[in-house]
Amino acid sequence: MNVPENLRYAESHEWILVEGDTGTVGITDHAQTELTDIVFAEPPPIGKKVAAGEVAAVVESVKAASDIYSPVGGEVIARNEAVEQNPALLNTDPFGEGWIFKIKITNPGEIESLKDPAAYRAQIGA
Amino acid sequence: MVDFAGWEMPVQYGGILGEHKAVREQVGVFDISHMGEFFVHGSGASEWLDALLTNRVERLADGEAQYSLMLNEAGGVIDDLIVYRLEQDSFLLVVNAAKIDEDAAWMRGRLGEGIVFEDRSADFAALAVQGPQAGTVFEKIFGRPMPSARNRVEKVEGGHVVTTGYTGEAGFEWIVPAVRAVDAWRRTLAAGAVPCGLGARDTLRLEMCYPLNGSDLGPERTPLEAGLGFFVDLEKADFVGRGALLAQKSAGLPSKLAALMVKEKAPPIRSHYPVWADGTVVGETSSGALSPSLGVGIAMAYLPTALAVPGREVEIEVRGRRFRACVQKKPLYQK
Repeated sequence: MNVPENLRYAESHEWILVEGDTGTVGITDHAQTELTDIVFAEPPPIGKKVAAGEVAAVVESVKAASDIYSPVGGEVIARNEAVEQNPALLNTDPFGEGWIFKIKITNPGEIESLKDPAAYRAQIGA
Repeated sequence: MVDFAGWEMPVQYGGILGEHKAVREQVGVFDISHMGEFFVHGSGASEWLDALLTNRVERLADGEAQYSLMLNEAGGVIDDLIVYRLEQDSFLLVVNAAKIDEDAAWMRGRLGEGIVFEDRSADFAALAVQGPQAGTVFEKIFGRPMPSARNRVEKVEGGHVVTTGYTGEAGFEWIVPAVRAVDAWRRTLAAGAVPCGLGARDTLRLEMCYPLNGSDLGPERTPLEAGLGFFVDLEKADFVGRGALLAQKSAGLPSKLAALMVKEKAPPIRSHYPVWADGTVVGETSSGALSPSLGVGIAMAYLPTALAVPGREVEIEVRGRRFRACVQKKPLYQK
């Protein structure tokens, strides 16, 4: 199971790549494996304000809908329209082309409460 | 893995989309051991079943099968099932897993003179081999061609093979003693069948508009409302529920089970989503999915009869938003 070293992780299986005050958010390799074939993805609208742990997006597999939570609070500044057009990107490239949205981080302190790769690996037993 | 009527069953083995495609284009195998097997013997068995079920058992020749329904006195559906005539006075009934106990109690409570009823669900496993290449699997296992006719039952060592299914594809179901289940499963895989779970079974049957009891059928709905009148012989002298069906037919059906197709990009449709027409809620979906074959949302819903007409536009609500959909002719998927 791929758990990249340069990311932080939420217990609910989202990853965030932090660059300055901007975070790029997606779901982990483990999450896409568990969800299986993803057939629908709805990234949040630009300008949406979310708190840490709040629902920001929805993805659906053939069998179930799953909420995607924002790992940190902030304002959505970009949404990946490519996953809307081709939801399977979440399965094939969860840490790359399958990113879901970018957020302007309100409180950088919240990043410290997220898991590092080792802690997330321990959570999923990888 | 999920709990299904007390059975721990896989939703998928390798992915629902791939399994669905395998059945439509090649061949897949489903473990359907959860389904119930009843045996009915004795002189008068045919007449007894005809008094309990909607379709006409009397018409079956030895080795033939038919889809049928068992109703309550109000004409509501207890279960849908397949009746196989093994011999003149010997029948096999395959029923839904969740209804085994209820069906058996209902039938035992109405047992006729000289009728032997056995619930042997625990003794038998069953595999459904489905897809355009099912015949190849059959030949590899049994060393002879698969019967070309649908709805046939033949004895094989220790069990039965029947040319029925729940996918809309050619294929057969192999009912084997439970002790031989693992061997039978391995033989179908070795013969080229792709293992398929409950997820693909559901999307395949929904594309064909085959109803699922508990979702699309239930004690509050009659088979006439479900669009299953073809399997109800109202000409028969009597069967449980017949009076209620005749009354409903003359009064006019209050609702009909409509097939719906979504006409714009939308989240996958699931059961219990509200259906709107002309600004009001007129029903809810009983089943729904993103059709893997068609790439669009599909569903079934009981709608007021006047609305359940192919071409009628409705809307399906998903998480507070409404998406355009249209009533379609059944089945939703055609080769």
